[in-house]
Amino acid sequence: MSTKEIHGLFGDEEILLASAKKLVAKGVNIKDVFSPFPIHGIDPVIGVPPTRLHIAGFIYGLCGMSLALFMFWFTLILDWPMNIGGKPNFSLLENLPAFIPVTFEMTVFCAAHGMAVTYFIRNTIYPGKKSWNPDLRTTDDKFLIQIDLGENSVSGEEIEAILKETGAEEITQK
Amino acid sequence: MSSHEAWIREPLVLGDKSYHDISNDIARPIEGKANKQWWIVFTISLIAMLWGVGCILYTIGVGIGTWGLNKTVGWAWDITNFVWWVGIGHAGTLISAVLLLFRQKWRMAINRSAEAMTIFAVVCAALFPGIHMGRIWMAYWVLPLPNQFGSLWVNFNSPLLWDVFAISTYFSVSLVFWYIGLIPDFATIRDRAAKAVKPISHAVYSIMSFGWSGNARAWHRFEEISLVLAGLATPLVLSVHTIVSMDFATSVIPGWHTTIFPPYFVAGAIFSGFAMVQTLMLVMRKVVSLEEYITINHIELMNKVIMLTGSIVGVAYITELFMSWYSGVEYEQYAFLNRASGPYWWAYWAMMSCNVISPQVFWSKKLRRNITFTFILSIIVNIGMWFERFVIIVTSLHRDYLPSSWIMFYPSWVDIGIFVGTLGIFFTLFLLYARTFPVLPIAEVKSILKSTGSQYKK
Repeated sequence: MSTKEIHGLFGDEEILLASAKKLVAKGVNIKDVFSPFPIHGIDPVIGVPPTRLHIAGFIYGLCGMSLALFMFWFTLILDWPMNIGGKPNFSLLENLPAFIPVTFEMTVFCAAHGMAVTYFIRNTIYPGKKSWNPDLRTTDDKFLIQIDLGENSVSGEEIEAILKETGAEEITQK
Repeated sequence: MSSHEAWIREPLVLGDKSYHDISNDIARPIEGKANKQWWIVFTISLIAMLWGVGCILYTIGVGIGTWGLNKTVGWAWDITNFVWWVGIGHAGTLISAVLLLFRQKWRMAINRSAEAMTIFAVVCAALFPGIHMGRIWMAYWVLPLPNQFGSLWVNFNSPLLWDVFAISTYFSVSLVFWYIGLIPDFATIRDRAAKAVKPISHAVYSIMSFGWSGNARAWHRFEEISLVLAGLATPLVLSVHTIVSMDFATSVIPGWHTTIFPPYFVAGAIFSGFAMVQTLMLVMRKVVSLEEYITINHIELMNKVIMLTGSIVGVAYITELFMSWYSGVEYEQYAFLNRASGPYWWAYWAMMSCNVISPQVFWSKKLRRNITFTFILSIIVNIGMWFERFVIIVTSLHRDYLPSSWIMFYPSWVDIGIFVGTLGIFFTLFLLYARTFPVLPIAEVKSILKSTGSQYKK
């Protein structure tokens, strides 16, 4: 890594949250926070924008629904209409009640899997990807603030002082 | 230390745990060696599974004439077992999805294993329609593929095809939901296994954890996708058993042709699923010593769900009886009279006593919190729910419209072998899971520690 980084390691998520708030108030730009579980309230502090994953999921669901309706229309109405128990085989709309269950399943199928794939892409995680948490303990019981000095006008010493003052257990420069 | 939660609620994590203790406790069965009991149970399950695989191969080789089916009773143990297994699967999704939407923290201790149970149960369930096809190598015919054999498409009007879509969607969505939750916990295990000391563990869990690092953005998306997938899985789980019930309800067979089937089947599914969760959890918490995470409080809460859904099932049975009388249709009336007093009376009364009468004892708090009693009752409920499906299917079929077709159904050794085999598959998969996967969601238990941990409640 070309630029220098400061890592502040904490033993409790509430102390980290208070520290992050103080750092941001002093004009420090926090690169990322690593934790063993989600820290509620950290996202607006360090500037994580709200995810649009649910919007993507809605669009995938609509695609699944359209795909299902197109499939019924093409196979059973246009290509090869069959008389099944006297049901209206000439019209998608009139035969729709019998198609509702599969329409629902296709909607859920596409929404769920589409979202899952998007989630993996957006998080850039996949089998074989190397993990990048700076300290192995952050998946166990430690919480870490990562600050990139190259992106900050505040000096390293000042940041270290704030981290120390707000209760960081370990401070490392890399 | 003070908690964020009302003191009146019982703590869900006992033993004054720290975050590190939680990682240690849950990773212990994975990092340690299996004990003797595990090997004994695993061997028995494996033998049952191999026996089942043998029976399945025999069925595929010789044909489904090896089963006890006949011209009148064309569906029996295969569909009974199918519905039973799918029903068992429902509790996992209910715990992980519905209880997530209701913000029930107690689900955290059991959701991982309940979801695993869902996946293994659906595997067992899907096996039955597959082998009942007879020519299983033609299974792809259920998919709407362009074809050269008469330009025929699948029939989207048929509940049997709805089932294909419902079960495959249910299985794959449950799997993805489960795996997304597992990724952060695999990362914990990966980082605990030092590369120098345990290179194989480290490499395997590195791949399984997809390189998860626990950065803030990833957690933010994790919470979002968990919530939305729960929102999708909730109607999905209700739709699956609704569609399974429509296999029967859309037919014209007396005893099947009733509109009460969808809600009645869904309630029954949750009822039997929770019973199976109890059976598994009561053993698991003991074997891997997680009594401080799966507490008596959890057991009592699950017993309350069993009592509620058991009562719904009871109401449904009685409503069915009333409606058959009230409908004035003599075939319907006969079907129900025959269930209760015909040659299969013993199956009907086994179902009634196991499913309607026995869960009512859970009105007693003392019994709800009694582990031995809960274990016995969970097995009784599972037996009762198997009989429910058997009663619905076989007693409705064995008295055909023509009295000359009236007949009894007796399972053949292959029928029994395949059923025992699916039990083997289920327990083999579950035992392997319990040794290699974190059986409790590590990250989620940590996230509720401060609100429900015992040391924060003092």
